[in-house]
Amino acid sequence: MTRTIAAVLAALTLGLPAAASAAECPRTTVGDVEDEVMCPVCGTPLALATEAPQAVRERALIERLVADCQSKEQIKDRLRAEFGDEVVALPGGDGFDLAAYLVPALAVLAGGAAVGAAAIQWRRTRERSAPEPSAPAPAAAERLQSDLDRYDL
Amino acid sequence: MQRVRSPLAIAVIAAVVALIALLAYGLSQNEPDRDIEQALAQGERKDAPDFELDRLAGAGKGSLADYRGQVVVLNFWASWCDPCRNESPLLNRWHRKLAAGNRGTVLGVDVLDVSDDARDFVREYGLRYPMLRDGEGDVLASYGVIAYPETFVIDRQGRIAATRRGPVDDRFMREEVLPLVRARS
Repeated sequence: MTRTIAAVLAALTLGLPAAASAAECPRTTVGDVEDEVMCPVCGTPLALATEAPQAVRERALIERLVADCQSKEQIKDRLRAEFGDEVVALPGGDGFDLAAYLVPALAVLAGGAAVGAAAIQWRRTRERSAPEPSAPAPAAAERLQSDLDRYDL
Repeated sequence: MQRVRSPLAIAVIAAVVALIALLAYGLSQNEPDRDIEQALAQGERKDAPDFELDRLAGAGKGSLADYRGQVVVLNFWASWCDPCRNESPLLNRWHRKLAAGNRGTVLGVDVLDVSDDARDFVREYGLRYPMLRDGEGDVLASYGVIAYPETFVIDRQGRIAATRRGPVDDRFMREEVLPLVRARS
């Protein structure tokens, strides 16, 4: 009996950490990591580099590390070891790096403004070209009146 | 009659002009260094920039200076680069030729790559030439490398004698490497 209890306790002791770590796994996601790292060849955040072969390999590495239950920080450390510190440095806020933020913002603004301007222009053109309701021609008006007179309503 | 544009239209035009100006500035900033080609066109050979990098397999570092006195075919590659796959067997064959008699070597530099992928690549193609690793791409700018693969033929005096921006072929190797190997130092 004592042996059985000891065996059960030992099994529980060995099994608990594994169960706990399984519950914690995965500790992060590819999407979570790729938002915070760069594709070194593309010079853009990895999340924006969908097709570049180097980005595909980098993402595959992140997938493997996520499947290995590594945390976001551990994965970033591994990427630093592979590609250097710049892989975790998102574009800076000065010099030409600023363009990485400005260009998308400007593009969205310009796009929105262009759509707005086009809509206003379209509306004005439509208003101008809409035909005014016109009075019937005299002959038609006369015929209409005679038709109406024929019916004693 | 002069047509007056609305403030919205002016703002759109200004934004588009700003975007184009940013693009032009970015392109001008990223212009690759072509000093090596300019020197070669004038019949000159620039000194090959030296570097020291980790070895791809095993511990320790290697440098270009380790091969001074030999003809070096310096090849920048990455495992994710398809043209690199096509030229690797050729480079391997040429390395065997050059290494016989210690006349020269192919020196591979794996750049911006996942090291496990790069080692798999080397195993897959049975590459025998020395391989260094430039994970951060530190050496690229000094050679004006912007695409992969790119190859530089370096003479016994450590000067760049020829370049190929793209995959090498047998003709390039015969025309650019063999004369250096046969030349007396």
